[in-house]
Amino acid sequence: MAENSYDIAVVGGGPGGYVAAIRASQLGFKTAVVEREHLGGICLNWGCIPTKALLRVSEVNHILSELDKFGFTAKDVSFDVSKVVKYSRDTAKTLTQGVTHLLKKNKVDVIDGHGKLAGKGKVAVEKDGKKVADVQAKHIILATGARARALPNVEPDGKVIWTYKEAMVPKAMPKKLLVIGSGAIGMEFASFYSDMGVDVTVAEVVDRILPAEDEEISDFAKKSFEKKGMKIHTGAKVTGVKTNKNGATAKIETAKGKTEEIQVDNIVLAVGIVGNVENIGLDSTNIKVEKSHIVVDEWLRTGEPNVYAIGDLVGPPWLAHKASHEGVICVEKIAGLNDVHPLDTSRVPGCTYCRPQVASVGMTEKEAKEKGHKLKVGRFPYRGNGKALALGETEGMVKTIFDEKTGELLGAHMIGAEVTELIQGYAVAQTLETTETDLMHTIFPHPTLSEMMHESVLDAYGRAIHF
Amino acid sequence: MPVNVLMPALSPTMTEGNLAKWLVKEGDEVSSGDVLAEIETDKATMEVEAVDEGRVGKILVPEGSEGVKVNEPIAILLQEGEDESALDQAPTPPAAPSGNGEAKPAEAAPKAEEAKSATPSSATSGSSGAAGTQQMLEKAPPAPPAPKDASGERVFASPLARRMAKQAGLDLTQLKGSGPHGRIVRADVEQAIERGVGAPAPTEAPAAAEGKAPAAAAPAAGPSAKEQAEMFGMPYEEVSLSSMRKTIARRLTESKQTVPHFYLSIEVEMDELMKVRKELNARAEASGDDYKLSVNDFIIRACALALKKVPAANASYNGNTALMYEHADVSVAVAIESGLITPIVKKAETKGLAQISREMKDLAKRARDGKLKPEEYQGGTFSLSNLGMFGISQFEAIINPPQACILAVGKSEQRPVVKDGALSVATMMTASLSVDHRVVDGAIGADFLAAFKKLVEDPLTMLL
Repeated sequence: MAENSYDIAVVGGGPGGYVAAIRASQLGFKTAVVEREHLGGICLNWGCIPTKALLRVSEVNHILSELDKFGFTAKDVSFDVSKVVKYSRDTAKTLTQGVTHLLKKNKVDVIDGHGKLAGKGKVAVEKDGKKVADVQAKHIILATGARARALPNVEPDGKVIWTYKEAMVPKAMPKKLLVIGSGAIGMEFASFYSDMGVDVTVAEVVDRILPAEDEEISDFAKKSFEKKGMKIHTGAKVTGVKTNKNGATAKIETAKGKTEEIQVDNIVLAVGIVGNVENIGLDSTNIKVEKSHIVVDEWLRTGEPNVYAIGDLVGPPWLAHKASHEGVICVEKIAGLNDVHPLDTSRVPGCTYCRPQVASVGMTEKEAKEKGHKLKVGRFPYRGNGKALALGETEGMVKTIFDEKTGELLGAHMIGAEVTELIQGYAVAQTLETTETDLMHTIFPHPTLSEMMHESVLDAYGRAIHF
Repeated sequence: MPVNVLMPALSPTMTEGNLAKWLVKEGDEVSSGDVLAEIETDKATMEVEAVDEGRVGKILVPEGSEGVKVNEPIAILLQEGEDESALDQAPTPPAAPSGNGEAKPAEAAPKAEEAKSATPSSATSGSSGAAGTQQMLEKAPPAPPAPKDASGERVFASPLARRMAKQAGLDLTQLKGSGPHGRIVRADVEQAIERGVGAPAPTEAPAAAEGKAPAAAAPAAGPSAKEQAEMFGMPYEEVSLSSMRKTIARRLTESKQTVPHFYLSIEVEMDELMKVRKELNARAEASGDDYKLSVNDFIIRACALALKKVPAANASYNGNTALMYEHADVSVAVAIESGLITPIVKKAETKGLAQISREMKDLAKRARDGKLKPEEYQGGTFSLSNLGMFGISQFEAIINPPQACILAVGKSEQRPVVKDGALSVATMMTASLSVDHRVVDGAIGADFLAAFKKLVEDPLTMLL
């Protein structure tokens, strides 16, 4: 049995853990990562990346469906599900190998197995139920991530009732699909299957889809999805699911109190996540767990000295880039670097890669009002933008929210083609604390979608030029 | 057409002041150059002179008014042949530049000066003066310029921080940035507003600082003086603070909280100096010269010469740099009825004892009359505080930022001293130097005191 001693041991090799480990090694710490399954975690293997590959495929399918618009004629266009899935899996595999290489290059030891706290400064590593290593470390960073939450009356069975994992590797395309939950994960799968020709129904318990987004964006998205044939029930509860030989029947209690029963081939359960807090040695420590997530302070410190937690294992937003950033903050703080700042969750951009895409950073209009800000709100529609017209993507809008007094960019909310690539402009603006003036003075290249970002700012002050 | 008398800016950074006293009343005839009113800033009282001939038609701002904005009309002057019925023809007052808290002090000042220079023309061409002012206001740039610190270096601050500081009337050069490479960000400005630091420097908008003063004076912990007095039923009389008192409170709180002070003391034998002083004064009297040297005059000169010998003590901490001053501008603390003020003997190293003595007398007199000009008490590279005349043997003073040193001297008195192994009596004085450790170290402070001691104990060298 190997016994190793490190400055920093990271439990979990996802986007939080491996980034923390690389940064630690850069700072001169002797570092190890304990990973039980795949380096890169859910994000690379079963999350962000493979779903983006799938959504690229469905986008291609969508473009093929309107070839006529661009002057093409094509006959007998079809796809092979197994090849679609292979494209997605190959993409994930390439990146996982990339992470392995990065860790090696940065001299981070990777220990294969399930890590758990085993007393002060100790991580016990097990593989297949047998102890394979005892790791000693001055600092331990827990980054074990999260998994899909189940509903009490809807248990995923992996065959008919899927979580994200099965939904990513379908053996055959369902004809009818029910997606429960309309957060980012739910809407990405709904969008993928819908664009692949599946009859999709979405059930969301809250009164709007994409509940984390600005209300106006939620409404826009709902109309857009419905236009492409999706059925969306908001304020609706799934009260019962029964599997049968043709798939499953689901009872949906709608907002109006009526109960509808629908027959579907498959169900995707996407109602949030729970932190992986079990079996990582938290018992008999001072580490506090609230609602399946570990409680940490601004520097990611748990209740136990020299034990830290980052990413999905701690508080929201549960996003890969937030986990990575926390990993860096945590390690730099341990190293005592100057210029380390706690994570400001209001500056974490969020992206959903459905079609139309949704991206946002900062406060929604409602949140900003609730915080007592007086607002200047600007909007600019895709149909007023030359590049959008040329792309044939005229559906979407860019909304910006400023504090009337200070001109602070409180929030930006976008829906439409490629907004996930655009939002970073506003994120930089927020980090640099620009005001509307600086954004107005910035020159945006023509013709680009980004011009809408400029126009939206101008519109907030009644100065939009092109609409 | 009637002419508005505007609130003047007494210094480039002033945005508002108190109208202390009217020296004319409605109906008085005035001619150009007559003193109309006294304006009080946080440190000085200044006179407003008439720039036009005419009759005081209406006094718009009563005496005792606080926080009168620069360029706000304070009275209306009627021209020859006009009566009170013409009053409402007075030019509509331009919006006071800082009326809505929008204008930055530094911007307001040039405008005020322009407005002032424009006013005389209104004597001949009626409203064109006010119209000119209006135009200049409209031309004012909308974005606050990047501020510069004392050395003219750009102060790095986010656009949002800059705007928030402007709105709160904070001086960005006084703030420390917590952003990348010391950039001032929103959080720093919010913190400064909360703590009341970085409020405008002296003569800048005292009222802007007033709102925050309680926060600085009463930290969150513990009850305020008033709360405690109420709690325990302690009888008291509540007296409002003068602008000067508020400035003293703010500046010295800031100094003691942000400047790492250390203190050095030295004993200086004064017998020789007393002897030389007596002799020089006797000669002056005999020859009818108009000076009478005080011990303090000698000490001012000794400070100046010691600073030239140890220039490292004549410095200011400036964030990433230090400023090493060329001249010894000695700020001398003068106690006056309403508080304390530090008129400056500039380039004191170039001035003889007689000149220092004459200047100091004039400065002290005008300080007590509240008639110092801002440039006469702002600036200075080194401070001197002397409580000898109050019978104090020894004390330590609070540094007068951004200066690095202040010398506190006590009374010259006979003390037992040991000389050559025997006890004897000598006239001794204790001098204590308070030092900003960020820029001046103990050895430099000690060098300065040694040089000072040498000069005082051998006063003839001071006459060279």
